[in-house]
Amino acid sequence: MPDTQTIPGALDAPVVSLDAADMSFGLVHALRQATMAVAAGECVGLVGHNGAGKSTLANVINGRLSPTGGGVTHRYANIAMTNSENARNAGIRSVFQELSLCPNLTVLENLRITYWNMSRRNWRRTAKQKVTDALDLVFPGHDIRPHATVGALTIAQRQMVEIAIAFADRDSEPSLVILDEPTSSLDAAIAQQLLAHINRFCAAGGAVLFISHMMGEIFEVATRIIIMKDGQIVDDQPARAFTRSSIVDAMGHVAPDHDEAVVDRANRPLGNEVIRAENGLSARKGEIVGLAGLAGHGQAEALAQIYFDHSPLWKTTKTPEVVFVAGDRSRDGVMPLWSILRNLSLTTLNEFSRRAMVDHGAEVGLVQSWKERIGIRTDNLRNPILSLSGGNQQKVLFARALASAAPIVVMDDPMRGVDVGTKKEVYQMLQDEAARGRSFLWYSTETDEILECDRVFVFRTGRIAAELIGEEITEENILRASFEMQEAAE
Amino acid sequence: MTAERMRLLLPVLSLAVLLGAVFYLQPRAMSYFGLNLLFNLAIPVALATIAQMMIIMVNDIDLSIGAFVSFCACVTATFVHDTPLIGYSILLLAILGYAALGALIQLRGLPAIVVTLGMSFVWGGLAVLILPSPGGASPEWLKALMVFKTPLVPIAVIVPLIIAFVVHVLIKRSWVGVVLQGLGGNERAMERAGWSVVQLRAGAYGLAGLFGVLAGMCLVGLTTAADANIALRYTLLSIAGVILGGGEFVGGRISPFGAVIGALTLTLAASFLSFLRLSPDWQIGAQGAILILVLAVRLLFVRKGVTA
Amino acid sequence: MTDKMLSLEPSANRLSDLIRKPWLWAYIAAALTFAATSLVAGSAAGSLLYAALTFASFSAIVGIGQMLVITMGPGNVDLSIPASMTLAATLALKFMDTQTELILPGFLIAIGVGMGCGILNFALILMLRIPPIIATLAASFLYQSLAIWSNRGLRIKPPEPLAEFATGGTLGVPNVALVGIALAVFAYVLLEKAIAGRWISAIGQNLRAARLSGVPVNIVRFAVYVNSAVCAALAGFLLASFSGGANLNMGTEYMLMSIAVVVIGGSSIGGGNSNVPGIWGAALFMFLIVSMLNSYGLGAGIRLILTGLVIVCVVALASRKGYNT
Repeated sequence: MPDTQTIPGALDAPVVSLDAADMSFGLVHALRQATMAVAAGECVGLVGHNGAGKSTLANVINGRLSPTGGGVTHRYANIAMTNSENARNAGIRSVFQELSLCPNLTVLENLRITYWNMSRRNWRRTAKQKVTDALDLVFPGHDIRPHATVGALTIAQRQMVEIAIAFADRDSEPSLVILDEPTSSLDAAIAQQLLAHINRFCAAGGAVLFISHMMGEIFEVATRIIIMKDGQIVDDQPARAFTRSSIVDAMGHVAPDHDEAVVDRANRPLGNEVIRAENGLSARKGEIVGLAGLAGHGQAEALAQIYFDHSPLWKTTKTPEVVFVAGDRSRDGVMPLWSILRNLSLTTLNEFSRRAMVDHGAEVGLVQSWKERIGIRTDNLRNPILSLSGGNQQKVLFARALASAAPIVVMDDPMRGVDVGTKKEVYQMLQDEAARGRSFLWYSTETDEILECDRVFVFRTGRIAAELIGEEITEENILRASFEMQEAAE
Repeated sequence: MTAERMRLLLPVLSLAVLLGAVFYLQPRAMSYFGLNLLFNLAIPVALATIAQMMIIMVNDIDLSIGAFVSFCACVTATFVHDTPLIGYSILLLAILGYAALGALIQLRGLPAIVVTLGMSFVWGGLAVLILPSPGGASPEWLKALMVFKTPLVPIAVIVPLIIAFVVHVLIKRSWVGVVLQGLGGNERAMERAGWSVVQLRAGAYGLAGLFGVLAGMCLVGLTTAADANIALRYTLLSIAGVILGGGEFVGGRISPFGAVIGALTLTLAASFLSFLRLSPDWQIGAQGAILILVLAVRLLFVRKGVTA
Repeated sequence: MTDKMLSLEPSANRLSDLIRKPWLWAYIAAALTFAATSLVAGSAAGSLLYAALTFASFSAIVGIGQMLVITMGPGNVDLSIPASMTLAATLALKFMDTQTELILPGFLIAIGVGMGCGILNFALILMLRIPPIIATLAASFLYQSLAIWSNRGLRIKPPEPLAEFATGGTLGVPNVALVGIALAVFAYVLLEKAIAGRWISAIGQNLRAARLSGVPVNIVRFAVYVNSAVCAALAGFLLASFSGGANLNMGTEYMLMSIAVVVIGGSSIGGGNSNVPGIWGAALFMFLIVSMLNSYGLGAGIRLILTGLVIVCVVALASRKGYNT
C-alpha cells in the first residue's frame, strides 16, 4: 500500500471530505447537507447538543455509515472498495464512548485485534512493543502492563488503552483520529496528557476530530470548530473566531423560563418525607428532587437501587410504591414486539384489572385517555411501538409510569433525544402531578431540567456531593459542586 | 495473569483432592498401571471437552458433541478401518460441516442450542445408518497408539497434557486463537476492526469439529469397537469439564489446561464412585451433582474474589 | 366512542393477517404429510388420524410447558423435561401398584414430583446464577438417577381403569388428546388474556425493562419453570398409563420434541412471542412425518436425520436476523 510510507503532513489533499452528505434513518434525518473537510495538521472540535448529529457525522467520516445522499471522499480512496475499507486505508481511527476492547484479552492482544495484517512471526513481541510505545507516548508515566487482561483494568485505564491503540502505529500510520468524549472517564491530570498529545500529534501533521461537551478542552486543542444543530452544520470557523458564549448561542441554547419555575416551586406545599435511601437521597411528598452532576457518577445506580429496594420480585401488588421512567429506551423501557397499547399499559395491568385477567375495556380506556393527555402522535394504538418516533416512544414510557397510582416516580434521564416541544409538555405535567402530591426523583444530564426541581442532589464518584434547595439551585452552584469535588479527589 | 492462575486453582485443587481420595481408597492405583487404568478413558473425554471449549469460547453451547463423537467413532470403526481413504474423507467432510454450521449460526443469528440439538439427531441418525448394531473394529495403528507403553509415566497421563499444551499454544498464544477469543469477548469490536465474524465463528466450530473427530478416533482406539450411542454422555461431560476448568459461559473466558484438568477430574470421579461401591444407578446422578457442586463452589470463589 | 374504538382495529385486513400467521404453516405441513402418508397406507386414514391425535398430545403437553419457558427469552430452555417425565411416571406407577383406588393419589404424586423438579430447577438457576440450560441439564441427571433407582428394571402396569382412560376415546377423540387440547386452551387464555401472559412476554422481550416496569419477574419465572415440569410430569403419567408402564427411556425423544414443536409451531426462539395453536399443528406434523417415513419403509437412522434437519431448517428459515440474542 502506498500510504504506509507517506507522511500525512506532506499532502495537500484533505484526509476526508464530505460533499452535501445526507444521512437518514427511515424518516429521521440525522445528517442534512453536511459539507466539510478535515486536512492534515488540523484539530477540529465538534460541538452540538445531544441529538444534533455529531455521532452520525463521525460515523460517516469513519465509514461505518454510508451517506444516503451526497458524497464522502477519503484520501487514497479506491472506488472498488467500501467506505469503511477506504476509511481504514486513509488511516482514520475512532475511539467511541462505548468500549470497543475485548475484556477477555490482554492489552497487547487487543492491539493485535485492530492491527489485522500484523506479521505473524513474533507477533507478541511486536504488539507489546507497539502498545507500550503508544501508551508511553500519549500517557507518559502510566502504570498499564501490556500483559494485563483488559477486564481487570479500571474504566479509566481501559479508556487510556483504547485511546493509545487508536494513536498507535499499526498497519498504516494514523492520519485522522476521531475522539468522542475521550476524557469522560479520565481524571484531570490524565486528560491533560491526552490534550497535550493531541497538540503534538497535530503539530506533526496528524488530524483529530474532537467531540466534547467540555468547552475548556475544545478551546485548548481545537484549531477549528464545527457546530452542529438538528443534523446540520451551522458554523465552521477557526477556533479563535468563537467565544464560549458564541458557541452556546450557535448551538441553539434556549434559556429556561426561570420565573415560572420559581413561582411553582414557591407555591407548592410539600408534605412529609416519603422516601430515604442509605446514601442520604430523600424526597418529600409532592417534591421534585433532581439528581445532578457529571454523567456517570452514580446517579443512575442510586435511582435503580431505590427502585429495586421498593419493588417486589416475588409477589404481585396492586399498589406499587415506586414506578420507573427509563431514559435508555431500548435497554430499560420499550418492549419491541408489542403495540403502543400494550407497552403503555404494562405497569398498571394489576391496578386496572380486578382479577388475574386483563380487563380489556379498562385497558383501552386508560390508554386512550393517556394518548390524549400526553399527546402521543399516532392514528392507531395497535401499531407497533417501534413505529413511533423516539420522542413519542418516550411519551409512552412516561404514560406507562404516570398512569400508575404509585406515590413515587423515579426518572433516569428520560429526556434523551426528545424534542423541545415535548419537553415543555412533560415539564408541565410533572409540575401538575407534583402539585397533586406525587414525588419525583429525576436524574438529568441537562441543566435546564435540573433547574425545574425543588431540591437537587449533586453526585460525584457515586456519592452525594451537595444538596441544593430552592434558590440555591443554579447552574453555577451545580457546576461548582461537581467540579470542586473533582479537584478535591485528586 | 494472576486472575488466570486463580481460575486454574479450583480445578487443580479438585483434581488433587479427588486423586488423594482415590489413592486412599485404593492404594494400588498409585502405580503405572493403576494410573493408566484410571485415566485411560480420559483422553477422548479431554478431546471432546476441548471441542466444547471452542464453542463456549464464542459464547455458544454445543448440545450435539456427544452424538458427533459417536458418529466419528462409528466412521472410524467402519470406513476408516475398511477403506481409509473414504473414511478420512467422511471425517474431513464432518469437520467442514461443523464449520458450515458455525457460519450458518452467525449469518442467520440462530440460537446455537436449538441448532446443535437438532444436529445431534442428524449425527445420531447418521451413526445408526453406518453402524445399526454395536461392532466395527479399530484401525491397527490407532489401537497400537492407545496401548503404547511410554517409559515412567503412562500414556494416559502424558497424552492429555500434550493435548492441553498444544491447544494452549493454539488458542492462548497464536494470533488465530487471540482473534477467536476476541469473538467471544466483544463481537462488535471484532466486526469494527475489520474481521469477518462469519469466518471466525466458522473457524471456532471447525476446530470443535476437528477435536470431536479426534475424540471419536481415540475412543475407538481404546474400546476397539463402536456403537451409535457410545459417547452420548460426552455432551454433559464436556460442558461440565469446561466449566469445572474455569471457563465461563459468556465472554470468551476459557482455559485449555483447565478444560483438560476438568475432563480428568470428571473421569476420575467416575472411578472414585465405583471405588466407593456406589450403585451404578447413581453414577449419572453423581455426575449431575458434581457439576452442581462445582458451580456452587465456583460461585463462592467468585464472591470472595469480588469482595477481596 | 365508536370513533375511538374504530382506530383500535387492526390496520391490515384479516385474510392477509391469517396468511402471515406462522402457526398456519405447521398445520399445512401436517396436512400435506397426512395426505402423503394416507396415499401409501391406503385405507386407514381414520385410524392414522386417531393415532396422530393420540401421540401428538404427549408432544403438545410437554411443548406447551416448554413454550412458556422459551417465551421468556434467549437462554431459557428446560432440558429436564425427559427426566421429569420419567421420574414422575415411575414414582406414580410404583405407588399405585396397579390398584384402582390409588389412581387419584398416584396422579397427585406425579404432579407433586413435577412441582418438585420445577422448584429445584429454578432454585439452581436462581442461586447458582447459571444458564437455565446447564441448571436443568444437571438437575435432569439427578432425576434420571432417582428414576433408575426407584424403577429397578421393573415395569409396573398402570391400574386398569387408568390404562383404559389413557388408551380410550370420547366421541371419537382420544382422551389424551382432550387433555392436551384443554391444556392448550388454558395456555392460550393465559398468554392472550391474563396478566401473567403479558408478564411472560415482557420478560421474554427484555428482562431488565420488565423488571423496571414493575413485573414481579422472579415469581413469573418460577411459575413458568414449575409449570414446565408439571406439564412434563402430566405427559409422563399419561404416556406411562397409555403404554402399559413406565420405562427409563420413555422421555428421551421428548427432549428434542418439546423444543421442535415450539419452534415449528411458530413461536419465536428469541423470546417474547408465543404461539399456542402452532404447538398442536407442529405436534401432529412431527408424528405424521415419522409415520410417513415409516410407511415409505425408511429406517430409524433416516428418521432421526430428517427430524434433526427439519428443526435446523425451520429455525434457520424462521429466524429474523438481528433480533436473536
